[in-house]
Amino acid sequence: MSLMSWGLYPKKDNQVFKFKNYQEIKEIIQNNNSLISYGNGRSYGDSALSKNIVSVKSHDYFIDFDEVNGILHLASGAMLSDVLNSFVPRGWFLKITAGTKLITVGGAIASDIHGKNHHIEGCFSECIKEFNIMVENGDILTCSKDKNIELFRATCGGMGLTGVILDAKIYLKKINSSTILQTTIKTKNLKETFDAFEEYSYLPYSVAWIDCLAKGKDIGKCLLMAGDFKNDGKLDYKSKNGLSIPFTFPSFALNNWSVRAFNWLYYAKSPQGISKQSVGIDTFFYPLDAIGHWNRIYGNGGFTQYQFILPKETSYKGLEEILQTISDSGKGSFLAVLKLYGKANENYLSFPIEGYSLALDFKIEDGLFNLLDILDKIVVKYKGRIYLTKDVRVSKDIFEQGYPQIDKFREFREKNNMVEKFSSFQSKRVGI
Amino acid sequence: MSYILIVGAKSDIAKAVAREYSKNGYDIYLAGRKINELEDFANDIRVRGVRNVKLLELDITNFSSHEEFYNNIEEKPLGVISAVGYLGEQKLAEKDFSETLNIINANYTGVISLFNIIADDFEDRKNGFMVGISSVAGERGRKSNYMYGSAKAGLTAYLSGLRNRLYESQVHVMTVKPGFVATKMTEGMDLPEKLTASPKDVAEDIFESQQKRKSILYTKWIWQYIMMIIKLIPEWQFRKMSI
Repeated sequence: MSLMSWGLYPKKDNQVFKFKNYQEIKEIIQNNNSLISYGNGRSYGDSALSKNIVSVKSHDYFIDFDEVNGILHLASGAMLSDVLNSFVPRGWFLKITAGTKLITVGGAIASDIHGKNHHIEGCFSECIKEFNIMVENGDILTCSKDKNIELFRATCGGMGLTGVILDAKIYLKKINSSTILQTTIKTKNLKETFDAFEEYSYLPYSVAWIDCLAKGKDIGKCLLMAGDFKNDGKLDYKSKNGLSIPFTFPSFALNNWSVRAFNWLYYAKSPQGISKQSVGIDTFFYPLDAIGHWNRIYGNGGFTQYQFILPKETSYKGLEEILQTISDSGKGSFLAVLKLYGKANENYLSFPIEGYSLALDFKIEDGLFNLLDILDKIVVKYKGRIYLTKDVRVSKDIFEQGYPQIDKFREFREKNNMVEKFSSFQSKRVGI
Repeated sequence: MSYILIVGAKSDIAKAVAREYSKNGYDIYLAGRKINELEDFANDIRVRGVRNVKLLELDITNFSSHEEFYNNIEEKPLGVISAVGYLGEQKLAEKDFSETLNIINANYTGVISLFNIIADDFEDRKNGFMVGISSVAGERGRKSNYMYGSAKAGLTAYLSGLRNRLYESQVHVMTVKPGFVATKMTEGMDLPEKLTASPKDVAEDIFESQQKRKSILYTKWIWQYIMMIIKLIPEWQFRKMSI
């Protein structure tokens, strides 16, 4: 059995190791090189793919909950969705969550994920009290912001390249409702979109869907959704199992016209100007999780997500240029998600910096990687960077220009004998 | 009274069933051999759902202990689910009768010994449900696992009769026939992805179908049709096949 990532690309053979206890992980680490941990397989590219894979997903026990301080101790294979199922009805929510709840806690740490509230709360590492990780020699080390600090900074956002994360204590956030009061703002161009982000940045959650096929003066038009939890005391939460894509679509199903139609429908169904809605947790935070296996709509060749971030000073010019380039290329993206981020943290490879990030989904087809190479150059020109969790093709040169702390990460890996032991196809490509 | 008794609790399906029932507000008894090894798992359920979980030592093949086992449960369960399953080694069992006996005793005799006792109690109370996890392998014997298959066939027939007997007393009996499930039992087998369920899928199916008082559950559902076809193959043809 070979594992694939969410993008269904690349398809390469790998050997999968499972374990029942820590002694068995230790043996796996001692007997193999080129290992990488694999959780629920939701990273898009090749960051969790390697010759040898440690499958962590079944290591999913909840260990303890400290009701007074809201600290949940759980094994690294437990999923964010498990946390929600158990804790939303009891009035707790994840302090930080990604746009999918179908990821493991270990994966959330390794990607140092962020969500719609990054501009207020930061990355996943902000909600970690501490975690345990098994390193190259089989030792288990406890890391936090004040203990094994280097290892903490290298591991949060370190793409699993420092060891196998075993368990974590995370802070949850109190909520008094499972409903979010959402404000939707329909904008006409990029200028209006930026203004709306600033205007609504007082709300803890915000994100925008951009119509990336818009042309000329319409470039950057979007639906911005911002909101916060209500305070109505109602905490019902029933996870939705919606429809699922049962098979991989033929690869011609998704083309410029279907993307155009989808974007048009999505944009057109929403009322003009500003409107307010009450929506559930799953609709607001995890709209795509309702469609199981949605990655299959891109066909057998797979797809990738291109996500970059630009510093605030250069965001407007840079995004304008990138959106123009994509529009000119005629390659449509189903999803184009824009978001304003808060300050960067001190972790060596965490993606967020203060500025705007855009994420675009593309079917993998001829000419795509050429387009992305062109976008890379624009990103670098405007002092931006690429998100490893989504990436499957960025070059070493482009990647390292975006991450000034990369040498600290490399030195740390070398000093601690991690380079041979833990690697992914991605880490070899970008030289980390 | 809100306890569910799960027998064969160390199996992957049993653990998923325990999580599913506790998620839906039931307290759980987990019964099996060397049950203290499930201490961490019991704790997992408590943290996830604030439900009660108790571990009960039970050797399903030690038939004479079953009466005492059940009598010792202070708060009797609302329902019982057997996830006992021992695939055994077909080739070994052909040569060594003790392996054959292991397979029969775990999958058939043991479950029946215990279910007889519980059925009497539920019948008296005119309340409760009994779920037996059998297998599609019990639908037709195949050379690759007919020892296991024949024991499951016996279990399927037993559950059908039990359902018939307990109908009058409003006690619901459900037969579960899983096809391929990705568990420890099938680890290393090359199972076709589209026909293979996860333990979690099976557990959700069981919970939903039990609540609806379904008699027979195939999971995944497609196995009902696969088995229909397999059963239609004439014996003169089937005996030559390798499936």
